[in-house]
Amino acid sequence: MALLNFKSTMKAIYNYCRNVINAFISLINGMRVTGYYISHPKQILTQQYPNNRATLYIPERFKGRVILPHDENNEHKCTGCSICQMSCPNGSITILTVTEELPDGKKKKRLDRWEYNHGMCTLCNLCIESCPSDAIKMENHFEFAVYDRKNLIYDLNKPGSKLKEKSE
Amino acid sequence: MVNNSEQFHLVDITTGIHEWLYANLSSGLALTAELLLVAVSMITLVVVTAIIMVYMERKVAAFMQIRLGPNRVGFWGTLQAVADVLKLMMKEIVTPKAADRFLFALAPFLVTAVSFMALAPISFAPGIQLWDVNIGVLYISAVTSIGVIGVLMAGWSSNNKYSLLGAMRSGAQIVSYELSAGLSVLAIVVMVGSLSVNDIVVSQANGWWIFKGHIPAIIAFVIFIIASTAELNRAPFDLAEAESELTAGFHTEYSGMKFAMFFLSEYTNMFVACMLGATLFLGGWQPFYIGGLDGFNHVMDFIPGIIWFFGKTFSLVFLIMWFRWTFPRLRIDQLLKLEWKYLLPISIVNVLIAAFITLAGWHF
Repeated sequence: MALLNFKSTMKAIYNYCRNVINAFISLINGMRVTGYYISHPKQILTQQYPNNRATLYIPERFKGRVILPHDENNEHKCTGCSICQMSCPNGSITILTVTEELPDGKKKKRLDRWEYNHGMCTLCNLCIESCPSDAIKMENHFEFAVYDRKNLIYDLNKPGSKLKEKSE
Repeated sequence: MVNNSEQFHLVDITTGIHEWLYANLSSGLALTAELLLVAVSMITLVVVTAIIMVYMERKVAAFMQIRLGPNRVGFWGTLQAVADVLKLMMKEIVTPKAADRFLFALAPFLVTAVSFMALAPISFAPGIQLWDVNIGVLYISAVTSIGVIGVLMAGWSSNNKYSLLGAMRSGAQIVSYELSAGLSVLAIVVMVGSLSVNDIVVSQANGWWIFKGHIPAIIAFVIFIIASTAELNRAPFDLAEAESELTAGFHTEYSGMKFAMFFLSEYTNMFVACMLGATLFLGGWQPFYIGGLDGFNHVMDFIPGIIWFFGKTFSLVFLIMWFRWTFPRLRIDQLLKLEWKYLLPISIVNVLIAAFITLAGWHF
């Protein structure tokens, strides 16, 4: 019995000392991280915005506003399926389509206007995720201040643009 | 310490002023003039160091969090602290309607007065000491713990539940951590054999206590830094302020200059704690010597004592700031557990070991 007590006491003392040493090791690890940052000022992420406007770096994943990229032939990938309009939680997307008759007699829907109300958009990224043809994306830009909110309604498709033909 | 005549000594200037005053004025008038000079220089010292420390804190915090910190007012934001003081001076001082008006007005002055009182026995440079009292260290630890009354007063008189909670926590915290802070100071006092600040500094002429006191001195230093951080109510022990849960703790209801006085006393207390740490463990104004390297030691001699002292103090201030911007906050039960289960038993054993080493004469 006495031996057992001695054993458990020694174990308690061992655990106590281990706690203290582990605590110090973890504290020193934390201090090493902050010490690294304070001794390496090049790590600083802050950008002095109005001063460095020319050399501003905006991360890839920054969510600015929705754009419809056009290639050099003025072609985009939007088929006018309006899934983005349905997935938009606050109705800031309106897809206007026209139905055209093709030479072989088939009828086909074509995108007429991709109307985007930036003033109502919460930049939630749902339209981009739901787009089946990857036609739209978020722009890497943030300066959108205007004097009238009517100016925040954009037509994303450029005049005269058409659907890009699939390569196959 | 080698006393060269070409070395700069601050005490030469103060003796010059002292002799000039006594030669030109009657002794009573000269004493009054000296007291005024000392008061003005102490207030200047405290205000200037507080401004430097506020700027330093913001910059250290920013760089540790990969930010830039204040950089618009003045060169690299150096005038930011001055601008903040100006703003605080011009703000209205609001007193809550149901507050205890007398205590509410008294609390910030009491807290500030206490932090000024602790400066008295500090030895800044060879011969520069306001009051060479033979119980200097005891006086400092006694006076700094009066500050909690001002904090409790502020919390109680504000008639605000957050303030009262913050003040109560501050009381529990300071009362608990005073013990291990006192015991860690005691380890050095045992080795020196004197409570006088001057004796403690002089005893370190052949090596700082942190080097020649072996393991007990190092343990005492670590415990002293932890306990004084807790006594200063600074993060990771900022339960009295607790921005996230008690808005601002005991000074929630204070504004303008009264808030500034709490702020000033907070930084003064930090400065006093770091000065005490530098005096006890890092040799006060004693230069850094390496045995055998005479050329190096001679160069070290030319750096004035006051620069050594403030250099050591500010490196401790930096260490405490480093803690604040690295460590996570403690909960109130973790805080008390840390003190009563870990720091206090370790420091009691540490004092015993220190006494044994002193009796055996194992320290240098």
